[in-house]
Amino acid sequence: MERIADRKELIAKLQNEILSIQGFHTSMEGQQVHFGWGDIEQAFPNKIFPQGAIHELISNTLEDMAATTGFMAALAGRMMQKGGLVFWISKAKMVFPPALKQFGVDPDKVIFITVKNQKNLLWMIEQALKCPALTAVVGEITELSLVESRRLQLAVEQSQVTGLLHRILPRTIANTASVARWKITSLANDVTDELPGLRFGRWNVELIKIRNGRPGKWQVQWSAGKFEHLTTPAHKTATRLSHIA
Amino acid sequence: MAIWFRHLLTDRWTLQMPELKGKPFVLAAPERGRMKITATSPAAEMQGIECGMAVADARSILPALMTFDHKPGLAATILNTLAEWCIRYSPIVSVDMPNGLMIDITGCAHLWGGERPYFKDIVFKLNDFGYSVRAAISNTIGVSWAVSRYGKVTPIIHPGQEAETLATLPPAGLRLEPSILEQMRKLGFHKISDFMSMPRSILSRRFGKQLLNRLDQAMGQAVEPINPVFPVEPCQERLPGFEPIRSAKGIEIALQKLLNKLCKRLELERKGVKKVIFKCFRVDGALEQIEIGTTSASCNAEHLFKLLQLKIGTIKPALGIELFLLEAPVVEDIQRPQSALWNLSGNSDLVPIGELLDQMISREEADIAHRYLPDEHHWPERSYVATSSLQDKPASSWRTDKPRPVILLQSPELIEVTAPIPDYPPLLFRYKNKIHKIRSADGPERIEQEWWIEDGLHRDYYCVEDQDGARYWIFRAGHYGEHNPRWFLHGFFA
Repeated sequence: MERIADRKELIAKLQNEILSIQGFHTSMEGQQVHFGWGDIEQAFPNKIFPQGAIHELISNTLEDMAATTGFMAALAGRMMQKGGLVFWISKAKMVFPPALKQFGVDPDKVIFITVKNQKNLLWMIEQALKCPALTAVVGEITELSLVESRRLQLAVEQSQVTGLLHRILPRTIANTASVARWKITSLANDVTDELPGLRFGRWNVELIKIRNGRPGKWQVQWSAGKFEHLTTPAHKTATRLSHIA
Repeated sequence: MAIWFRHLLTDRWTLQMPELKGKPFVLAAPERGRMKITATSPAAEMQGIECGMAVADARSILPALMTFDHKPGLAATILNTLAEWCIRYSPIVSVDMPNGLMIDITGCAHLWGGERPYFKDIVFKLNDFGYSVRAAISNTIGVSWAVSRYGKVTPIIHPGQEAETLATLPPAGLRLEPSILEQMRKLGFHKISDFMSMPRSILSRRFGKQLLNRLDQAMGQAVEPINPVFPVEPCQERLPGFEPIRSAKGIEIALQKLLNKLCKRLELERKGVKKVIFKCFRVDGALEQIEIGTTSASCNAEHLFKLLQLKIGTIKPALGIELFLLEAPVVEDIQRPQSALWNLSGNSDLVPIGELLDQMISREEADIAHRYLPDEHHWPERSYVATSSLQDKPASSWRTDKPRPVILLQSPELIEVTAPIPDYPPLLFRYKNKIHKIRSADGPERIEQEWWIEDGLHRDYYCVEDQDGARYWIFRAGHYGEHNPRWFLHGFFA
């Protein structure tokens, strides 16, 4: 029995070493942010949201784009709890700054950069990702090749900045070097109870790919500044919220 | 040596507008509800128009009088420039407000072959510029001043003649206050000689300390300091090459050397550049130059090099560059970064972020970076305002009491709706040829147009969710009935 325990310990240790070689630093205690997202966090390597990595978020419609923007803002808001600045680099300014506040981001701590030129856009995202003084960089970009993503991933492994690449209406989704790939879509609320008015916003959060983690699918709702998991799919009649159960 | 510009301001106007030459005109500024003349042209003065008159009075003397606005501070700027120009005659030149210059000519006149040629050279050159001047040379500032303004005989007073020259001049030559001069006029003192030999205690009792002080200064018995003008040393570094330089690497090395020199100097002065021009003089006489601007003053050679490096590719060395010149036309005091204001976390710092922004802006060469602060308007497009500073803090807090979409269209897009009755949200709407059935809605939230900024209809906003769970912010412009109500889609909720 003792030997088995030893072996398990050894494997865990080796796994951690491999992770740290791949850019997941576990030793930086102060940097880690526990998101308090319950199930979603189980999917991450070491059960901690991988900061200092490139996350890809894919949206195929304008509506998805809004949902993804909200999700990114929520991620950035968590990371900015201790302060810091975020760069939001895009080709056209779509985001309405005051709305970021409800996701925990102080809109005055976001610097919006609007670049017309596609080539410069990628250059700017890379430069921003190389700047360790930033907390996170949001880049709205359509196409991303393997080589480009590799460059960006290498940049963040040095600087430990978190890169959120929002891929809006991408034509192809090729293999990239990013650590995680998400897809956020809006989820219809249950309105059978005949109560008037709008409910909280609900999202289908899909983690399509995560390096050294377990991909998964969750249904969450954003209320009072945090995520709440929905235990059963929202479109079924008996909807229960996990925090109630 | 004292120089008196008799019509400093009007001469300047004539220089800028030659058609005014010889015509009567005045400069006037409002004072206590009326326009008061502050400067007169020679032609106007001949007609009896004086400084301090009201423009209306002057017009009654001369109906054709032209009036221009007086620019405060103009005299000081002109005099400063002229003082800097005069440094060619002596290292110590000071501005004597409101219309004169004072030059310390000790040990300088012999270079022009004596005081008389020296004097003539200055006066003729200034007259050539278009300024009518009178000047005087003497041992003391006081006598020079008095003779340049009131002297009638010779402008060059030899040592030892101060007292007798001064004696013939009116008391105004002693630079006294108008109240004292008025008192003297009443007592019948028309010349300085009238009271010069009076006992000092009597003068002091009657006219105060100032008169005695001025007399002593004129006679050389009291010290009168001179406040010289220091010309601004241009922020410039030069680097000649031994051989013409043709490679990009060579240019980089030259640039780095110049930047290091410039930044070292600026660091000592606690200043930073906001604009840098790098000039390359080519062997064939052509000039190649690149320039950059920074968002905040910087004296970081490495950072400036990075900015300029992006543009080195545009320099065409052709046969080679023989001289490099680095200029910093805009220099500012460096502000110490105030990280406390932004409550940045330990690893954050504004300096690298500012430098990063500079790099981005110089790459795109456009106004691409924006930071927003809340603005107290309900109208969504005006609810935030852009700022160019990294340090401005929001004056009011961001509002979260009303739902606002994360994505807001630049301009609202027209949609077709089916709405039951006034003030109810629509049942369905068509946007981009797709029909959205509305399953739940909130609203209306009426936002009025701010009439003092812009005219227009008010908007009734609804937050709606369609069958797929997507959420939209739509509004109706204006009332039902009065106008043909039109519906717009303005934003998307997350």
